[in-house]
Amino acid sequence: MALSAEDIRRIAHLARLQIEEQDIPRYADSLSEILGLVEQLRTVDTQGVLPMAHPQEVAQRLRADEVTETDQRARFLENAPLVEAGLYLVPRVIE
Amino acid sequence: MHNLTIKQLSAGLRAKEFSSRELTAHFLARIEQHGGALNCFITATHAQALAVADDADQRLRAGEGEPLTGVPFAHKDIFCTSGVKTSCGSRMLDNFIAPYDATLVTRLREAGAVMLGKTNMDEFAMGSSNETSYYGAVKNPWDAERVPGGSSGGSAAAVAARLVPAATGTDTGGSIRQPASLCGITGLKPTYGRVSRYGMIAFASSLDQAGPMARSAEDCALLLRAMSGFDARDSTSIDREVPDYTATLERPLEGLRIGLPKEYFGEGLDAGVAQVIDEAIAAYRSLGCEVIETSLPNTRLAVPVYYVVAPAECSSNLARYDGVRFGHRCENPKDLLDLYQRSRGEGFGAEVKRRIMIGTYVLSAGYYDAYYLKAQQARRLISDDFKRAFEQVDVIMGPTSPSVAFKLGEKASDPVRMYLSDIYTIATNLAGLPGISIPAGFHQELPVGLQIIANHFDEGRLLNVAHRFQQETDWHTRTPNGL
Repeated sequence: MALSAEDIRRIAHLARLQIEEQDIPRYADSLSEILGLVEQLRTVDTQGVLPMAHPQEVAQRLRADEVTETDQRARFLENAPLVEAGLYLVPRVIE
Repeated sequence: MHNLTIKQLSAGLRAKEFSSRELTAHFLARIEQHGGALNCFITATHAQALAVADDADQRLRAGEGEPLTGVPFAHKDIFCTSGVKTSCGSRMLDNFIAPYDATLVTRLREAGAVMLGKTNMDEFAMGSSNETSYYGAVKNPWDAERVPGGSSGGSAAAVAARLVPAATGTDTGGSIRQPASLCGITGLKPTYGRVSRYGMIAFASSLDQAGPMARSAEDCALLLRAMSGFDARDSTSIDREVPDYTATLERPLEGLRIGLPKEYFGEGLDAGVAQVIDEAIAAYRSLGCEVIETSLPNTRLAVPVYYVVAPAECSSNLARYDGVRFGHRCENPKDLLDLYQRSRGEGFGAEVKRRIMIGTYVLSAGYYDAYYLKAQQARRLISDDFKRAFEQVDVIMGPTSPSVAFKLGEKASDPVRMYLSDIYTIATNLAGLPGISIPAGFHQELPVGLQIIANHFDEGRLLNVAHRFQQETDWHTRTPNGL
């Protein structure tokens, strides 16, 4: 499965990853190679086989809808690049 | 002191032959002396370690010592350690100070163990050679021109070089077992759900599992006991009693049925490695085990399935790194899109970007059924192979890695070739089974690991089978020259 430069640009955009123009061919090559490895799956007969998302046969555990966590905002804000008045700052989103 | 096992260190501490402070200072000095050349540590927590050691000494003096009280060790830099840098081997988290402790960290701290620092690793646990770390490659203590394996390469190298008696690791496709094999130590990946993933930076959520890395199965048993157990904070944690893994180590192996899958002994396996494994199997025969040829017919699908499932899960897990709330943020972002793209573009290395993109592709509209759904179906086929095999055998054995440690740079530019190093370990993660790698000998003066796989939650058996081998052989006591 060969990926083109355009494919890489599209995938990189979906993943919000900046890829330099000069690196695109290299990523196209390695990703194509990896997908080549993955192509072997196409030959497998999986008719009627139930997909397996998880190694254990368990369902999502639920808990009572009670507040158990405490406000640690100040602590978590310590790792933030830019904050103001307890809020995370980002470039303007709405014009 | 650095040649002693955890069991011996614990006995020595309780008999007051040395204090935890002395031990801690001793290992910290070794890290200072040798850690740089091996590049196996990202952070050494000197002051904190000595403070914890002093606490341990107090407990020991009061007669309150437990098996791990006062014993030094290291954490792979993938576990959140409160107040201490937690980088996951990435530029993305180079500035990140974890605001909380992972459950694993809390459990080992409460058991009295003394953390000396955070070990180097492949970036975001993606790699099989510890060459993708932002902090540079780790060297194999047996040959500094070779890789230690990955992604828990720093932990493996630190234990092999006896800079710490033990370290924690994580294993998503073989990242505990393969470096254990290449560095000549013992590393165990528990059953999925056995050890809490809360506070363990996520790579592939249905595959990741934390485990102990040490110089013997007995030491791993001590660590695993402290690490395991239900955690309400991990929604995939299994609520099941933790046995005393040390109590069953000595069980005789007469009549144990060992399965050798023919697919693990075929093309691609280095002849020198195969020979060492054959000799190890012969040792088990002489212990009274029955060796049975078995088959895991869908083994050839394991690597392709993994390289759909793991990247898919990683693309989702790594979406949180957006430069907004923590981690790397690019300079002067011109708008939100630029903030995301450049923060992520700058923060992640090439291998991580590759895997995020593969994951994004296989989950994208139009491709989901052909790749991701298909991979999930193939995953069930692989898991069913093991179910059938375990109806006939008690454990499965084979080589951990198809080769001994390869040279730095040898596979780094060829992703697929690198991926194939995990060919024997990956299926275990897909099926959620426990697996261990133990030193079984040497080829070209480099360590060879024997992999043992057991059924779900049968870690006791794994450790017992490994321990009996370590009572009959001394491969696990060998140490690299000059260290």
